[in-house]
Amino acid sequence: MSLAWIVLLPFAGSICVSFMPSHARNTAGWLAGAVALACTVLTFQLYPQMADGGVVRMAFQWAPGLGLDFTLRMDGFAWLFAMLVTVMGTLVVLYARYYMAAQDPVPRFFSFFLAFMGSMLGVVLSGNLIQLVVFWELTSLTSFMLIAYWYHRLDARRGARMALTVTAAGGLCLLAGVLILGRIVGSYDLDIVLASGDLIRAHSWYLAALILIAVGALTKSAQFPFHFWLPHAMAAPTPVSVYLHSATMVKAGVFLLVRFWPVLAGTDAWFWIIGSAGLFSLVLGAYAAIFQRDMKGVLAYSTISHLGLITLLLGLNSSLALIAAIFHIVNHATFKASLFMAAGMVDHETGTRDLSRLSGLRRAMPITAILAVVGAAAMAGVPLLNGFISKEMFFTETVFISGNLITRIGMPALAVLWGIFSVAYSLRFILQVFFGPPAVDLPRSPHEPPRWMLFPSALLVMACLVVGIVPAQTIGPYLDVASRSVLGADMPFHSLAVWHGVNLPLIMSLLAMAGGVILYRALGKYHHGTSVVPLIEHFDGKRIFEFLLEKLDSLARGLTQWLSTDRLQVQLLLVICAAFASALIPLLHGGLPEGDMPVAAAHPAFAIMWLVGAACAMGAANQAKYHRLAALSLAGGAGLATCMTFVWFSAPDLALTQLVVEVVTLVLILLGLRWLPPRHKSIDEDMRSRGARVRARTRRLRDLGLAIIAGAGMTVLSFSVLTRRAGEGISPFFLENSLSLAGGANVINVILVDFRGFDTLGEITVLGIVALTVFALLRRFRPAPESMELPVKQQEQDALAGGATPDPHALLPAGPMMLPGVIVQLLLPIAGMVAVFFLLRGHNEPGGGFVAGLIVATAVILQYLVGGTAWAESRTRIHPQYWIGLGLLCAAGAGLSAWLASRQFLSALAWHGTLPVIGEVHLSTVLLFDLGVFLLVIGATVLILVVLAHQSRRGHRKAATAHGEASAARSAGWSAIGPTAPHDPAAVDMPAAQAAAYIAPAR
Amino acid sequence: MEIIYALAIGVLTGSGVWLLLRPRTFQVIMGFSLLSYAVNLFIFGMGRLTVGRAPIIDTLKQVDPSLYNDPVPQALVLTAIVIGFATTALFLVVLLASRGLTGTDHVDGEESEP
Repeated sequence: MSLAWIVLLPFAGSICVSFMPSHARNTAGWLAGAVALACTVLTFQLYPQMADGGVVRMAFQWAPGLGLDFTLRMDGFAWLFAMLVTVMGTLVVLYARYYMAAQDPVPRFFSFFLAFMGSMLGVVLSGNLIQLVVFWELTSLTSFMLIAYWYHRLDARRGARMALTVTAAGGLCLLAGVLILGRIVGSYDLDIVLASGDLIRAHSWYLAALILIAVGALTKSAQFPFHFWLPHAMAAPTPVSVYLHSATMVKAGVFLLVRFWPVLAGTDAWFWIIGSAGLFSLVLGAYAAIFQRDMKGVLAYSTISHLGLITLLLGLNSSLALIAAIFHIVNHATFKASLFMAAGMVDHETGTRDLSRLSGLRRAMPITAILAVVGAAAMAGVPLLNGFISKEMFFTETVFISGNLITRIGMPALAVLWGIFSVAYSLRFILQVFFGPPAVDLPRSPHEPPRWMLFPSALLVMACLVVGIVPAQTIGPYLDVASRSVLGADMPFHSLAVWHGVNLPLIMSLLAMAGGVILYRALGKYHHGTSVVPLIEHFDGKRIFEFLLEKLDSLARGLTQWLSTDRLQVQLLLVICAAFASALIPLLHGGLPEGDMPVAAAHPAFAIMWLVGAACAMGAANQAKYHRLAALSLAGGAGLATCMTFVWFSAPDLALTQLVVEVVTLVLILLGLRWLPPRHKSIDEDMRSRGARVRARTRRLRDLGLAIIAGAGMTVLSFSVLTRRAGEGISPFFLENSLSLAGGANVINVILVDFRGFDTLGEITVLGIVALTVFALLRRFRPAPESMELPVKQQEQDALAGGATPDPHALLPAGPMMLPGVIVQLLLPIAGMVAVFFLLRGHNEPGGGFVAGLIVATAVILQYLVGGTAWAESRTRIHPQYWIGLGLLCAAGAGLSAWLASRQFLSALAWHGTLPVIGEVHLSTVLLFDLGVFLLVIGATVLILVVLAHQSRRGHRKAATAHGEASAARSAGWSAIGPTAPHDPAAVDMPAAQAAAYIAPAR
Repeated sequence: MEIIYALAIGVLTGSGVWLLLRPRTFQVIMGFSLLSYAVNLFIFGMGRLTVGRAPIIDTLKQVDPSLYNDPVPQALVLTAIVIGFATTALFLVVLLASRGLTGTDHVDGEESEP
């Protein structure tokens, strides 16, 4: 179980920390530290199980159908790496607590930090390849968050984006690679994959898998040619660099290479791909590090170089080289982390990391100086430090390499060259910062950092020393366990010792030392660093990367422009054509056989009704451009014909719903018409050029043709369906079981609230969301300036009312609306009663929650229509949002209540019994569900209509403040309502034909 | 009857399609309305046209599916009517907001030709 805790704890801690207030620096630090320490202890106590080559496994079912399990697996190597992650994590938390400034939102940092730690442990402990890739990408994401922690800085954002692009793209390649591996082996389980090395290496897809996995590993470990992101990631806070860019994340790549070493290594392809990437990174990274101006820049390039060393060792296809690689993973983490910490401390205390400005800090910061000197010595490979031993091992490997003359001589020569570079940049790093005359113009006067900030670095430096002096007694057994878990039975003999006698590797070491000192002396003008590295300035990975990204961007934009359009008409045209084609193509193949059902004789009333209906539809199509009100009424006519058709053909529920929806939609659009513009000048025929007129006419002809074709197609299709027998469907089930299973005679209602209750729950949720969206959209509504004034009719009406502001608290609305006011007030309780009637009988007779809700909504909106917003709202405040919420609660509660009886969600519970006085009663949770539908429909409909109705008031308020002067000059209509205010003559003398102008005032 | 029903669907579809392709937002919203009538009738028609056979079970008689109209298309259409109202409302508000922001009621937010 402790395996699961090791992965889970950091994520749990991350979530906890993320809820802390941004000033909770200490609490967040303590929690993060406790989590990291707990993980360390948990990992360490598993060592006894690793010591004799054991493997701890733990599996949870994930998607068994796909052969995916969530598997955690720890062997010796994973243990060593997990220790690295957790110990470093603990130290970095301590360091970060003092590094981060009080004004930084520290909990955010620790939250992402812990999430990263969890992801990294997930990578290390994954026993399933797919799961490994998931955690792998998680480390990319969390590292993006950490690099961009100071997101107000441009370099941080850019660096983070570049790191994410490169490593996440590599992660995708890795995914492809492990998919191939899984395909070859037939399983994604790591144990099974590790046992099938011969099968994989012999497979024809081996090379593809190798390349893809190599790309994943090389991008993560910042290896040539993907190395360029690492120096730019240095914009991260230094604790991030310590943890991610020296100890853990960049090591994930080499971790993967070690993990797959037993199955992928041992071939020439492996040697050339991995080895050459490592060699290039090794030499170029060390070379570029010499010239960096930024302290962290030196360390970043040095990291590329040292990771190159590890990669190269892995690429050599030798067991001893593998042991050296694992050893160097640990060594590099210790000395590089301590050096990054030192760089951070210098930055923290002096305010700069610029090597050309820093100088002589050993006087002000003696302890930091000592720690940095020892760390840098380890980096340079000075004897008695751990870096020396792994370097010796590397040199030994290069000496004993087999192959042709070039590799046999070239490899040791390049190794010595690398040694020279390493010594040179290490020397420069130390001498530039800590020695020489004291610096003069530093942003801050330097002094020693707090003790606990020094502590982690000191501990790491101690480790470098101890491992460097007595390696076999300290790291030896652990390294042995880790290597054995990778190599298995092929474990070669090796000895960790400082002194192997005078041999070729020692001579190479001495040569590198001497060469490094000479090179440092010879640096000359480059002592202070330079922004371009000489000789290789043209191979700027960042420039190439940005060039490629820019090209990709413009290519995508070009393609989008070429393939798509912003114009809605073209898009709709395509949609219609596609719909038509998708109906037509099957018909071209199968034909459209005639139906065999007898056709019922046409009823004259039905024919007349649809004659009117069709005329209405076509009229609406014709009039919608200029005469909106007329078009709306005509469309309503077509709607009524539809409604009557439902009645005719045995669908009373549909007819009821259609009728009330028709009313509500009409009111809705009427409310909206007010804000639509008057006739536009440019669409008048004579105002346009001849070409434009011809184009418009052609377009119209084309659309007319399309409309006729679509209509004819639908006619043929419908007729052909209507005249053939219906196939056997699921309908008989509903009819047969409606009464017996659900206890309702109205099958439609039973389907909606019982059989398919989940669909309805989703549907009313959508309705609620739409209402809230409408509400939200209209909150920031800005009407067009020319729609600001009151509509003409209202101006007239206000003038008739005598100019007095209507009293919202009056019993009845003043003016001509007084009589309707009486009626609608009386109507409200009656409508409520009718609605309840429809709701209650819905289960057995036509009706139900939808219809009932819409009836109430109509009655409510009538109050608004007749009395005006102010009058209606001075009575009872309706809070439609509450109704929506209550409705959803009712419906969901009805569904959840089934759980009380341990039945499935939305199963109906019913109670049938006799009550005194009332008599026989049947109660069911279905009624509660329908009540929820009812309440939500009321809430949603009223909310939509009321917020739309409210716009007229808002508009005036805005106009009164913003456009006060200007609008008053144009029309005295709305601001000063009174007999003295002269009416705009143009507004009054409106042609009768433009009666619709009541809604859309032409001006 | 069937031929009238089919023709009605055709006319509603044709008018709807014509309006959908027009440049003014109000025309498009009307087009959607008409097209949704057509689609609802079409779906409803999938249950075939029967007179006087509303799917309300007579508790006194034996349940015989052939005596009732197909309830499944009806349930689908009922849902479609309500959702159609919701989309109309949403579209109307987007239309108004677009008109307020761009100053025109052209579907693209700008006049296509000067």
